[in-house]
Amino acid sequence: MKLAYALPLAGVAAFGTVLGASAVQAETLTVATVNNNDMVIMQRLSSAFEEAHPDIDLEWVVLEENVLRQRLTTDIATNGGQFDVMTIGTYEAPIWAEREWLAPLENLPESYNQKDLLKPVMDGLSHDGKPYALPFYGESSMMYYRTDLFEQAGIEMTDQPTWKEVREWAGKINDPDKGIAGICLRGKPGWGENMAFVTTLVNTYGGRWFNMDWEPEIDSESWNEAINFYVDLLNNYGPPGASSNGFNENLALFSQGKCGMWVDATSAAGKLYNPSESNVADKLGFAPAPVAETPKGSHWLWSWALAIPASSNSKDAAKEFITWATSQDYVEMVGEKVGWTSVPPGTRESTYTNEKYQEAAPFADFVLDAIRDADPTDSTLKPSPYTGVQIVGIPEFQSIGTQVGQMIAAALTGEMSVDQALSNSQRATQRTMERAGYIK
Amino acid sequence: MTKPRAAGRTVGGLRPLMLQAPAVTLLLLWMVVPLGMTVWFSLQRYNLLMPGMTGFAGLENYEYLFTDPALWSAMGTTLLMVGWILVITVVGGTLLAVLFQQEFFGRGIARVLVISPFFVMPTVSALVWKNMMMHPANGVLAWLAQLFGMQPVDWFSSLPLTSIIMIVSWEWLPFALLILLTAMQSLDEDQVEAARMDGAGPLSIFFFITLPHLKRAISVVVMIEMIFLLTIFAEIFVTTSGGPGLATTNLAYLIYIQALLDFDVGMASAGGVVAIILANIVAIFLVRMVAKNLEE
Repeated sequence: MKLAYALPLAGVAAFGTVLGASAVQAETLTVATVNNNDMVIMQRLSSAFEEAHPDIDLEWVVLEENVLRQRLTTDIATNGGQFDVMTIGTYEAPIWAEREWLAPLENLPESYNQKDLLKPVMDGLSHDGKPYALPFYGESSMMYYRTDLFEQAGIEMTDQPTWKEVREWAGKINDPDKGIAGICLRGKPGWGENMAFVTTLVNTYGGRWFNMDWEPEIDSESWNEAINFYVDLLNNYGPPGASSNGFNENLALFSQGKCGMWVDATSAAGKLYNPSESNVADKLGFAPAPVAETPKGSHWLWSWALAIPASSNSKDAAKEFITWATSQDYVEMVGEKVGWTSVPPGTRESTYTNEKYQEAAPFADFVLDAIRDADPTDSTLKPSPYTGVQIVGIPEFQSIGTQVGQMIAAALTGEMSVDQALSNSQRATQRTMERAGYIK
Repeated sequence: MTKPRAAGRTVGGLRPLMLQAPAVTLLLLWMVVPLGMTVWFSLQRYNLLMPGMTGFAGLENYEYLFTDPALWSAMGTTLLMVGWILVITVVGGTLLAVLFQQEFFGRGIARVLVISPFFVMPTVSALVWKNMMMHPANGVLAWLAQLFGMQPVDWFSSLPLTSIIMIVSWEWLPFALLILLTAMQSLDEDQVEAARMDGAGPLSIFFFITLPHLKRAISVVVMIEMIFLLTIFAEIFVTTSGGPGLATTNLAYLIYIQALLDFDVGMASAGGVVAIILANIVAIFLVRMVAKNLEE
């Protein structure tokens, strides 16, 4: 009898010791991040952080962008507390900060050199003047093109290409028999996929999502022109299956030499210039994102940043990790160990003044200018009530952007006409805004 | 010490009821609690992204749901999908069952092979179809089309619903085949033999002997498939994400969009309640039909 009781008791005691011991030994940080190239490098290099901080263990949750967003939002909105460090974007940071879901990142150590961080990027990650996330990499958008194809066709790239010119050029270099599309653009539905690009296109055509009374303007003339242009351009000179291509698919197509031009994130430049990952590294040209009516809002502003949820129990350790991963030292470490084209771009002035980076990345200054030039507070020709270049900084935008993205994709495949897609989008957006109480 | 065998069967019918009570209560709780919570949430203003906006919403969620053109399109898509897949699997399954009932060399292996798609996970088979079969550049179907000098089809953009129906039918055809083949094996050989001696051709044998014999099995296949097909999700999620437009958004996917892309728990619950009602309507008709068949 005694033995029967004693055994489980001993078990409980032993378990208790194990628990107690591990609590003393190391604190475990759960880091949730995207499976983008730069984050995969961070995960690989994080052993250096663990060596320097023997009292902190890192546990990684690496997910695809859409899935990560769902997991993080449900976790933080229900106060789940699964994660200690979250990878979020320019869209989420201010909205989540306003709901007090994130811990403010104040009193950063002197050595972190906060002033070195790019201002437009930091503005996007702040709320009420306080930073709530630190940028891991930042990006704008620009145009990539194949210099060899342009030379063959006798085209001269201009300092600021227009969409009309792009259409003309696409016609000249489009060569489906050789498997080369004139231009590749995002077509995969989603507010962070096709709508990021489409919104910049609409901006430069002089359109906007909402007027000052929050009434949607998706059935306006500017939207119509922009979407008709987009559908027409991709159907004539785009790659096959354009409506299922997102950033990653187009990156693969372009680096395999299957696109003549591509307008997308500046963060792709490092990969395209890396000869081990790209077939077109030696014949790559770049130019600003094309414009139509107005240069305003023609290129976007985005950053992936690290933040600490208010529900985390290890805020200090999390802060320690975030400041490590976004520090100048980290950038240099990636440069030394992985290669200078692979360093996370678009976050620090010091990256751009670094000679080694400038040498390895001819696009460096260009990207810096594009990021500095993007202004989320003034991105549309007519005034708009929202902040964000390729996004609308309200919580409802996820839903709106996804719905409208689906409609635009349907217009692209010919499932419905552009007019019908836009009037459906207008109606759906109107409903969402009424439901959320913006318009009565 | 032997107990009377009839104990508890009589006493005014009270005893058996009391004996059943725990099991029935558990089952009821099992069903009523989630259902009750869904109904309760569907009457709330409850959006994860709007922690400030809460409270009783009355029928507002339902009002928005029923005025949403996406709901009707999703219902239509759901019925269209289920209907076509049922037709394809039952007709195809019956024909294949007749074929695989014949004696031929390597029948055992052929049977295993034809049944195997059913054991592939939906997500995996969707991925295989998306990237290896239907891809407009690298897919087998595109290669075949080019072999015959045709333009490859961009399946998921030009024929989205057809593509999904093809994938799901491929998954469920083996199931129908499996059940129908088992039923075939219980077919009385003497009867077929007798019919043949009376001069009946293979077609008449199929229509007047095989098919009536398979009737029960077919109704079981229809019922079981219907239950699973009303909730097709993984195939849509992996391949088309409900698009382009709303072309492949069924009811299950619509609820997913509302719950996990819009984070609107109230609206998603309302959608869930509607889905439950729809499933029950279908089930009542179906169960009646099948039950009738089984009684005969």
